[in-house]
Amino acid sequence: MRQEQFEQAYRPLWDELGALLDEMELPRSKRNPDKARAAAFPTLYRQVCSHYALARSRRFSPALLEQLHHLVLRGHRRLYRQRGAWLWRTLDFIGGGFPRALRRHRGYFLLALTSFLLPALLLGLACYVDPDMIYSLMDEQQVAEMESMYDPAGSHPGRSEARSSETDFMMFGFYIFNNIGIGFRTFAGGMLLGVGSLFMLLFNGLVLGGVAGHLTRLGFHDTFWSFVSGHGAFELTAIVICGAAGLMLGHALLAPGQRKRIPALKAAAAEALKLVLGAALMLLAAAFVEAFWSSSTLDAAIKYGVAVLLWALVVFYLVFVGRSRHGSL
Amino acid sequence: MALTEEVDTTRQYEIPEGVLLEFRLAGPLVRASAWAIDAAIRAVLYIVIGLSFSYFGGVGVAIILIALFLIEWFYPVLFEVKNGATPGKKAMGIWVIHDNGTPVTVSASVIRNLLRAVDFMPVMYGFGLLSMLFNREFKRLGDLAAGTLVVYRDNYEERSELPSRTAERPGVELTESEQQAVLAFAERASGLSSERRVELAEILSEISGHNGERAVDGIYGYANWLIKGR
Repeated sequence: MRQEQFEQAYRPLWDELGALLDEMELPRSKRNPDKARAAAFPTLYRQVCSHYALARSRRFSPALLEQLHHLVLRGHRRLYRQRGAWLWRTLDFIGGGFPRALRRHRGYFLLALTSFLLPALLLGLACYVDPDMIYSLMDEQQVAEMESMYDPAGSHPGRSEARSSETDFMMFGFYIFNNIGIGFRTFAGGMLLGVGSLFMLLFNGLVLGGVAGHLTRLGFHDTFWSFVSGHGAFELTAIVICGAAGLMLGHALLAPGQRKRIPALKAAAAEALKLVLGAALMLLAAAFVEAFWSSSTLDAAIKYGVAVLLWALVVFYLVFVGRSRHGSL
Repeated sequence: MALTEEVDTTRQYEIPEGVLLEFRLAGPLVRASAWAIDAAIRAVLYIVIGLSFSYFGGVGVAIILIALFLIEWFYPVLFEVKNGATPGKKAMGIWVIHDNGTPVTVSASVIRNLLRAVDFMPVMYGFGLLSMLFNREFKRLGDLAAGTLVVYRDNYEERSELPSRTAERPGVELTESEQQAVLAFAERASGLSSERRVELAEILSEISGHNGERAVDGIYGYANWLIKGR
């Protein structure tokens, strides 16, 4: 069959597919849903695919090949696109998908937790015992700022009593911008063979432990611990989860196992993303608690009580929510 | 197509229907230009949001900071999921697709844009550029992890028509690639200047025995013969 006959025989089909795709590529609101034609799409598309294959193998002219290639390309995009019921999927994710994903990868979580907690405890202890230890971590000005911020006797504007609700809102915005950003960077650092995530975990552990140890030694427990204990339930857990997600990327790059490196990375990234998005939601909750609750001037005992509840909530959510009745994961 | 396969930066993907799709990959330069356009748009957004909400006290600052956060991390995600391309990419005629040629999904787009933080390191997309230069698909680190490609948008317009002439069988046997060259010339000649057309057609003067515009017509004749037969 010569090219001319081939074109004459099949051009009506190509035009039909072209018109159908024109219609399907419109935004949904402008589309004219003609069910019969939509049902005919896969068959029509596959016919044109085989025409393209024939035209290629018969060495038909470049312009014809290009025309058919373009049709196949558009059809492929349309037929194999993934559409999501995003609202449902988000709810399903919060209601079980996220804690399940975390439990599936608890090894990474435990590793990240250790990388964060161990330096925090060690340096915390060191700063609690040795008043000069904190200066190995921060310069004098930073230490002075931090001390005055949590000094129960002072009335520094950053401290609880002086805060108005305006400031609360401002800090809410700041915590979202800053803390979720840190979470995302902790994850992204995993791309550097895991080193970036590990560094962020160690560094944050050191700073937090150091500050906590130092302030406790100074006797500022109630201002400091009552401030951090509530939102810490969400915030610290989420940062560790982001670190765990980063470590997953690093592991896939360093030891891809049975797969090639890039496919292993892709698979790990898809799983790690679940942890990161869950952690981002937790950081959002943390920002809310930190801005509107942690700064309140209520009695420390009440704040500790609430903190215990929040920690229990986080642990319960991550450990138990989303388990199937038969007790898997 | 066949002649240029070896030098073009194209990527082929075999779809389930058993045919090969071709994508033209976007290189670092065009992607950097797209990024620069987006950066300018983002700068304008920052300024507009910053100025308009700075009169609303603490709540205004909160809105500004949340907007900064959203724009920094999710500006590309929003546009890539909606149109396949950010405004900058759209202006440069490129878009983001999955490795298998389908439109990019939310999760892939989020992965590639979160990992932008590493691509940007140590300065101005240093790691991203290195990664692009070290793999044959111009992928930055985020693209590697998300399984995405940035390719030129296929801007197909009207098909160029073959000028109709009396079919004429060439005096010699043409190989497949020679046939393709003849067809490609005939179909694309209308886009060339007449001097260039003649210059190219006269390469075959020895076979066709013609010079000038008649040489061009001769090749049109061969092309018609190839497509229509006698």
